[in-house]
Amino acid sequence: MTSNYQADHYVAPIDETPLLATDSVRTDQAPLSLWAEAWRKLRRRPLFIVSALLIVLLVVIALFPGLFTQVAPNDNCDLQFSDGAPTAGHPFGYTFQGCDVFSRVIHGTQASLSVGVLSVIFVLVIGVTLGALAGFFGGWLDAVIARLGDIFFALPLVLGALVITQLPFFKDNKSVWTVVMVIVLLAWPQMARITRGAVMEVRNADFVTAARSLGVSRMGSLLRHVLPNALAPIIVLATMELGVFIVAEATLSFLGIGLPGSVMSWGNDIAAAQPSLRTNPAVLLYPATALSITVLSFIMLGDALRDALDPKSRQR
Amino acid sequence: MIQYVLRRLLQVIPVFVGTTLLVYYMVFALPGDPIAALFGDRQPNPAVIAALRQQYHLDEPFWVQYGLFLKNLFTFNLGNDFTGQPIAATLGRVFPVTAMLAIEALVIQGVFGVAAGLFAGLRKGKLFDSTVLIASLVVIAIPTFVLGFVLQLVVGVQLGWAKPTVGSDASWGTLLLPAFVLGLVSFAYVLRLTRASVIENMNADYVRTATAKGLSRPRVVLAHILRNSMIPVATYLGANLGALMGGAIVTEGIFNVPGVGQKLYQAILRSEGPTIVAIVSVFVLIFVVANLLVDLLYAWLDPRIRYDK
Amino acid sequence: MRFARTSKALGMVAIAALALSACGAGGGTSNGSGSAAGDPNKVITAYSNEPQNALLPANTNEVYGGRVVELLYEGLRAYDANGKPVNALAESIESPDGQNYTIKVKTGTKFTNGEEVTAKSFVDAWNFAALSTNLQNNGTFFESIEGYDDVSAVKTEKGADGEEKDVPAPTAKTMSGLVLRDDSTIQVKLSQPEADWPLRLGYSAFYPLPSEAMKDPKKFGEDPVGNGPYKLAKEGAWVHDQSISLVKNGDYSGPRAAKNGGVTFKFYTDPGPAYTDIQANNLDVTDVLPTNALRTYETDFPENHLNKAYAGNATLNIPVYNPNFQGEAGKLRRQALSMAINREEITKVIFNGTRIPAKDFTAPVIDGYNENVAGSEFLKFDAAKAKDLWAKAEAIKPYDASKPLQLAYNTDGGNKEWIDAVANNIKNTLGIQAEGQPFAKFAEILNLRKSKTLPGLTRAGWQADYPSLYNFLGPLLKTGSSSNYEGYSSPEFDKLLKEGLGAKSTDDANKKFAQAQEVLFKDLPNLPLWYQARQAVWSQNVTNVDSGWNGVLQYYNITAK
Repeated sequence: MTSNYQADHYVAPIDETPLLATDSVRTDQAPLSLWAEAWRKLRRRPLFIVSALLIVLLVVIALFPGLFTQVAPNDNCDLQFSDGAPTAGHPFGYTFQGCDVFSRVIHGTQASLSVGVLSVIFVLVIGVTLGALAGFFGGWLDAVIARLGDIFFALPLVLGALVITQLPFFKDNKSVWTVVMVIVLLAWPQMARITRGAVMEVRNADFVTAARSLGVSRMGSLLRHVLPNALAPIIVLATMELGVFIVAEATLSFLGIGLPGSVMSWGNDIAAAQPSLRTNPAVLLYPATALSITVLSFIMLGDALRDALDPKSRQR
Repeated sequence: MIQYVLRRLLQVIPVFVGTTLLVYYMVFALPGDPIAALFGDRQPNPAVIAALRQQYHLDEPFWVQYGLFLKNLFTFNLGNDFTGQPIAATLGRVFPVTAMLAIEALVIQGVFGVAAGLFAGLRKGKLFDSTVLIASLVVIAIPTFVLGFVLQLVVGVQLGWAKPTVGSDASWGTLLLPAFVLGLVSFAYVLRLTRASVIENMNADYVRTATAKGLSRPRVVLAHILRNSMIPVATYLGANLGALMGGAIVTEGIFNVPGVGQKLYQAILRSEGPTIVAIVSVFVLIFVVANLLVDLLYAWLDPRIRYDK
Repeated sequence: MRFARTSKALGMVAIAALALSACGAGGGTSNGSGSAAGDPNKVITAYSNEPQNALLPANTNEVYGGRVVELLYEGLRAYDANGKPVNALAESIESPDGQNYTIKVKTGTKFTNGEEVTAKSFVDAWNFAALSTNLQNNGTFFESIEGYDDVSAVKTEKGADGEEKDVPAPTAKTMSGLVLRDDSTIQVKLSQPEADWPLRLGYSAFYPLPSEAMKDPKKFGEDPVGNGPYKLAKEGAWVHDQSISLVKNGDYSGPRAAKNGGVTFKFYTDPGPAYTDIQANNLDVTDVLPTNALRTYETDFPENHLNKAYAGNATLNIPVYNPNFQGEAGKLRRQALSMAINREEITKVIFNGTRIPAKDFTAPVIDGYNENVAGSEFLKFDAAKAKDLWAKAEAIKPYDASKPLQLAYNTDGGNKEWIDAVANNIKNTLGIQAEGQPFAKFAEILNLRKSKTLPGLTRAGWQADYPSLYNFLGPLLKTGSSSNYEGYSSPEFDKLLKEGLGAKSTDDANKKFAQAQEVLFKDLPNLPLWYQARQAVWSQNVTNVDSGWNGVLQYYNITAK
């Protein structure tokens, strides 16, 4: 069939195109809601099952690191093992400081996953809400939100982080929440802009006009018709940012404005691998791989979700 | 249309005031005496510190300091930094370098990102798609300091194809390597955004119509699928131009690029308010213009989006 | 992830201002790679960073400006590679009582603008530097001269924000103790006898200035004119944030004659790329190694590397206001901490031998250094003894373990690695929680130290300005000294220091300083960790690279191949 595409005025016979299938409507069954439909499709997709299992595994590791390793991650680090090769009971070898790499990767899951997931959730809530409102309603609301975003976008990360960690509340108890707050404060405008662009693109689509003329309220059409169709770039951005935020934590911690040194995180370990770069780059490999697996599972989940939600690829 | 553009350009004023006020206040709120820090462990006569504080108006209340900044700005005299160098000259040195770097990085990530994203989207689930997925994971999970370092060592030292550092001779050629490193992470974003949009648009009605109408495959892909997939990508690239102009501390450090990132970072660590706020003022201008361009681009990409109402 | 090194100029070097590099006949020892003369007119390139201030000698208090100033000027005295002071422009320095000095200046030397260097060039420069309204960073170096109090006087004023502050209010323009006798004679009277005062005259704050410098110091500092082995290549040779180019001064006749055509300092904000540039033969010499090269530099540059001790040290300071370390229990705990740190292992593993475990509170290249001062056994790692001492302290007063013991450090100086290792030592040996407390801004640690609110311990370091034991003890630990932030005070220690300063001979003085250190070992106000060493690597294009007593490379001795 593809060879025929080259012809200038060729029109395919109707039964060679997918048009028939698309246009057919099953009349014997009431259509499911968008979300129920998506869920029904998701459950059957191997991509979704694999990624969901991986994420469950990560959460279990984060909550119960003791199930996976008996070695205390931060005690008994001994310089005589510095950059040491794997030995029995220490399958990944030792860090520059002579700590057990495997144990640190396991115990670092909690902080890293929390930073990544929490930051993404808050960025989504703030960014998508503001971006959708700005893109859908336009006018002065758009101007205010977009310019507010510009202000935060212009803030240098290091300065923002330095000031936030100086706030009385955060000063003496730097935690995952401090890092999340810094990241969210500076990352929401990006999400808002992407959402705004996607919403602007969809709001003029025929089906939205149709819904409006059928009497659906403005908010109703935004929530039920515009947003679900604008989700693709939002999902992509969110899943990518998950990884980028986990790495950002490393940068902040390295500068002394992130997590305290006693909190284990992949980011901390990636940064701490810096002095071993020329001699033992393998210590970098393990936390980076853990990070990759996490990002991979969320990207796959996002992909599956996007496919399931895409009304244009709906088939019954 | 012109009215719209003018209105948008006027919006630079509140953004400018908001940003500079916020940034200046943040610097003001940072703990530690920046002048005392210039001397480190060996403190001079306290009167010298006091006099220097006076010279840089650090002893004034916040509003006076901010007012002085505005006054300086409107008289086109940005004053001196803590080392006695005129700030305007510093900006004139660092921004062109960073601009070259940013443009190069933007072109690299834009061209390669969109191309790879397009192919990955068209061949969803095939080998190429999986390969670029892995590539984007690698780019995200391996921090810049490693990627930059490795590339510098391999290309600059072992292969000897390029000078490993930029230093005083910043040109399109010498900045290519750092621009490549800088563009990598954003490359992954552009790629995945393009891919997602392409997948979504492949099944759109107008693509079927175009195909049905007998348009050639390249034409369908370029004029219909790609063009309609560009909105999120353009948004991202526009925002990213701003981020790139903000300078890249790590990449500039690795390749010894005398750009905005290093200067800003240094100024922040020294709590050098006037320098920080001067740099940020330039950012504001760039952001507002970049965002405006993106919005105008929307209207071109999707004629249904209109501003002149 | 290693960031701007410029700030290191604030951090690490802030540790100290720099002193004049070595000199003397045949000063720089060749490092064994042959002493071929090479091309004496070739310009070499070297690692550096943007100087923090206009290049006036008395205003330069950090390494990157310091190394330029040292090459541009020649002072009354200079230090040889071992830190021994020798006369340079001074014909003689005589004193009957250690309080009144007569300095004869050599005649017939010139600044590169043709002006003759006379006694007046020194007197005017010193008065200029000391006068507080000129805001020179190193003004305090003249504090021993009679009349300094008048030129540096301050008065208290209410500022615009209603807070009281000191402002310069000198009551005299010149120091009464500094008298110009004739074109070649300077008469100096100190406010009290100080036998080691002439030792300081090699420091850059004491360099002479041509008369044009005082007319417009700011302009002069951009294009300085000196009398040293090098001069600026041309007006505007200092290209900000990029480089500064020096060329040989043909008229120079002193002991530090340039063996190359010039030195171009290229500015790097991070030592990493400089190291890579040397590997690519794109830069000739660097004197700062990135942390990740400490384990590889000997194999990367089997012939072309240097690792040599200099007059600097690193310590962990314990504030007297920390309740956990007060009283008899606190003293035992300080000893326990000190013995819990395995200095040998950390210098070997973390630093790969680029630091030397400390045996006292000073540094080994200084005259009078003694590694067997009574009490120095507290600097040896002994886990059992440390546990024992800690247990004894617990019996007197229990340790407040509600918060981990924090070790403050600045993140821009490559400190994280050893701080983490020390924290691990303390945890493993004493069983208490300990962690690094990173600060992005050096100013922040300084602020906490000055306001006496540091929650735990802090890293500190000192680099000597002039080669004297006193320079390590007085400014840091004497009661009320300018850099004694942790508030240590011991009348016995103060008394011994004063006796040492007033001693008739250097030997007598050094005996007193050794006794003073015995007091320190009993109190352990800070924990000496290790001595600094200079590492440098250089390209295939140059040879004869060596460092002086203060760790600064002898750039004038480097020859092109």
